[in-house]
Amino acid sequence: MTNNKVKIKTEKLDVFYGQKQALKNVNLEIFNREVTALIGPSGCGKSTYIRCINRMNDVIETCKISGSIKIDGQEINNKQIDVVRLRERIGMVFQKPNPFPKSIYDNVAYGPQIHGLADHKDKLDQIVQTSLKKSALWEEVKDRLDEPGTSLSGGQQQRLCIARAISVNPEVILMDEPCSALDPIATAKIEELMEELKKTFTIVIVTHSMAQAVRVSQRTGFFHLGNLIEVDTTDKMFKNPNNKMTQDYITGRFG
Amino acid sequence: MNLAILLLVVLFSTSCFFFGRKKIIKITSENKIRPNALPDYYGYYLALWCAIPAVLILALWTVFEPTIIKAIIINNLSSNNLSELNPDELNLVYQQIIALYAGNFTGTITEEIRLGAENYKSFLSIAEGSKIVILISFLMFTTLYAYKKLISNNKAREEVEKIVKAVLFTCSLVAILTTIGIIFSLLFESIKFFTTINIFDFLFGTSWSPQRAFVRDASTITPEEYNELKDAFGSVPLFAGTAFIAFIAMIVAVPIGLFSGIYLAEYASKKVRKYSKPIIEILAGIPTVVYGFFAALTVGPFFREFGERFGLEVSSESALAAGLVMGVMIIPYISSLSDDVINAVPQSLRDGSYAVGATKSETIKKVVIPAALPGIVGSVLLAVSRAIGETMIVVMAAGLAARLTINPLESTTTITTQIVMILIGDQEFDSPKTQSAFALGLTLFFATLILNYIALRFVKKYREKYE
Ligand SMILES: Nc1ncnc2c1ncn2[C@@H]1O[C@H](COP(=O)(O)OP(=O)(O)OP(=O)(O)O)[C@@H](O)[C@H]1O
Ligand SMILES: [Mg+2]
Repeated sequence: MTNNKVKIKTEKLDVFYGQKQALKNVNLEIFNREVTALIGPSGCGKSTYIRCINRMNDVIETCKISGSIKIDGQEINNKQIDVVRLRERIGMVFQKPNPFPKSIYDNVAYGPQIHGLADHKDKLDQIVQTSLKKSALWEEVKDRLDEPGTSLSGGQQQRLCIARAISVNPEVILMDEPCSALDPIATAKIEELMEELKKTFTIVIVTHSMAQAVRVSQRTGFFHLGNLIEVDTTDKMFKNPNNKMTQDYITGRFG
Repeated sequence: MNLAILLLVVLFSTSCFFFGRKKIIKITSENKIRPNALPDYYGYYLALWCAIPAVLILALWTVFEPTIIKAIIINNLSSNNLSELNPDELNLVYQQIIALYAGNFTGTITEEIRLGAENYKSFLSIAEGSKIVILISFLMFTTLYAYKKLISNNKAREEVEKIVKAVLFTCSLVAILTTIGIIFSLLFESIKFFTTINIFDFLFGTSWSPQRAFVRDASTITPEEYNELKDAFGSVPLFAGTAFIAFIAMIVAVPIGLFSGIYLAEYASKKVRKYSKPIIEILAGIPTVVYGFFAALTVGPFFREFGERFGLEVSSESALAAGLVMGVMIIPYISSLSDDVINAVPQSLRDGSYAVGATKSETIKKVVIPAALPGIVGSVLLAVSRAIGETMIVVMAAGLAARLTINPLESTTTITTQIVMILIGDQEFDSPKTQSAFALGLTLFFATLILNYIALRFVKKYREKYE
């Protein structure tokens, strides 16, 4: 493909929630400046996988992770790593839009402020503006930046959350079913946006829509019951998968 | 007797329930139709129609029976040979009649009283008899009415819904009417007070010492006397004292309560939470008297000794001791409520904050607390009104001297304390001193009302902005 530099590499990744094993020996490489789609039936561990990458699973008390997760060759699955700094580098967009109950402006300015990315107001204004422009929301909200973020429509809220994620200039954006609560028009906008974003960011997207995976991604990984069954270029996966299960899943015969 | 009747009604309506249920099952299965509601509803329908009117009648009867009997007897008395007596004297005779009937009459029994007592006795038994008859016939009537409707397979489900609604409405009406009644009684007594003492002298006067008010007859006050009098009823020191003690209490309670609420909601492990929350809530269950003597016997003397060591004059009854202990009393309200509202903030907001690399305390400070703010403000205001209304601790620990001061080491007093002081012991009911308690109560009521109103406005405005 375009370039073959590995951005994220997981090896022998096992995840447990208490006694229950949610991921089993997952080895997966995610390439730089590409969109990687993760598909699979509900409960197979897709969310669990991407939440390992920015260590969001730390929040869950019962969650135990073993194995290796490397970003740019650096191991992040250990105690020494600075989680706060890691999450600054790896942004996340959630399934349900979750803007803060603050103004549109403050929603985007939140990250840069806590990380001290802007030393004066003009710089902050500029960051907010570019983030909103990159997330294709600027034109719609530029006159109402002090209105609450929660007053936007669902699709706008989701783009606001994307703007919030890119405001701290991350290297990777993780998206967990970002369009599942949106109508087709808002979905199309966000897909368009991903096309644009992948020029600068590495994107991992979890989706239940095969069509979406085909449209936006260059690589696709298929999970089933905690196992990574197959991963390959999206082209190959959807035209000629190696595994029978993958074949069945993408043609809608199970899952 | 009433209890027996009540029991009977309950028994009867319970059997109505089973009867109605059975009946509708029988009717619908015989006619092969589907009942309009579950059989239980027909049971409820019949039972409610049986019980509610009967209980209402019983209640009304019990309330009005004594008044009516009294009216009849007094009427008899005055139309007989006692017509020359005035109402007060008639009332006295009536009391004597009742006393004789009850068998604890002392004094000479006159002919009228003896006759009256006999009358009274017969009236009572007539009333009793007619009560039972009326009640039962009424009960029969309403039950029959309901039964008629039932056998025509009416929409019992909707009907029961209506009855439930009516019952709930009545209950809220009772609550509202009582409130209004209390306000009016406050208002009337206060108006009497304000006819003696000018309302502005009351609201803005800076000296409070009602024990100086010796006046009996308010209509004969000379201007000089009034000048003396108004100095007895200046309420500013009381309001200042109340606000001051409440302020000290809030200084203690808000930070500690809020922070412990945050700790419990965000940091504490499940186990810690499980044990510490009930422990904190026990604080809320301690009677305020206990806090009161804790303040008076432990905290107050401690401060005095402590102050002495630094050469400070600390009164053993001080605003500081009372406010401090009151603050401790209020902590559980704030911590428990703010714990609840913080818990109610959706996890997704926290996740959103963590995902851009915020730490836990940043997330709490910038996302969780602002989202929970309306609830937190609400809990703080609840606590403020607790503090303002609290009496016992102040009576015991802050003293009774109405003094305008901002020195927390001196004794002060509050509105509620003064109301207690005015009303304990024997009182002339229509002296300005007694009436001043009502005026204080009314003013306090308005003050809290305004406070709550402001709080609600604030919360609402905030909600509109972010929801
Ligand atoms: N917080 C948790 N505690 C315990 N078990 C969990 C937790 N989160 C997820 N699991 C379990 O881990 C497994 C994988 O869940 P995960 O959320 O990763 O699935 P998913 O592939 O994202 O599913 P979906 O497509 O429905 O979002 C599931 O069996 C789930 O029950
Ligand atoms: Mg998921």
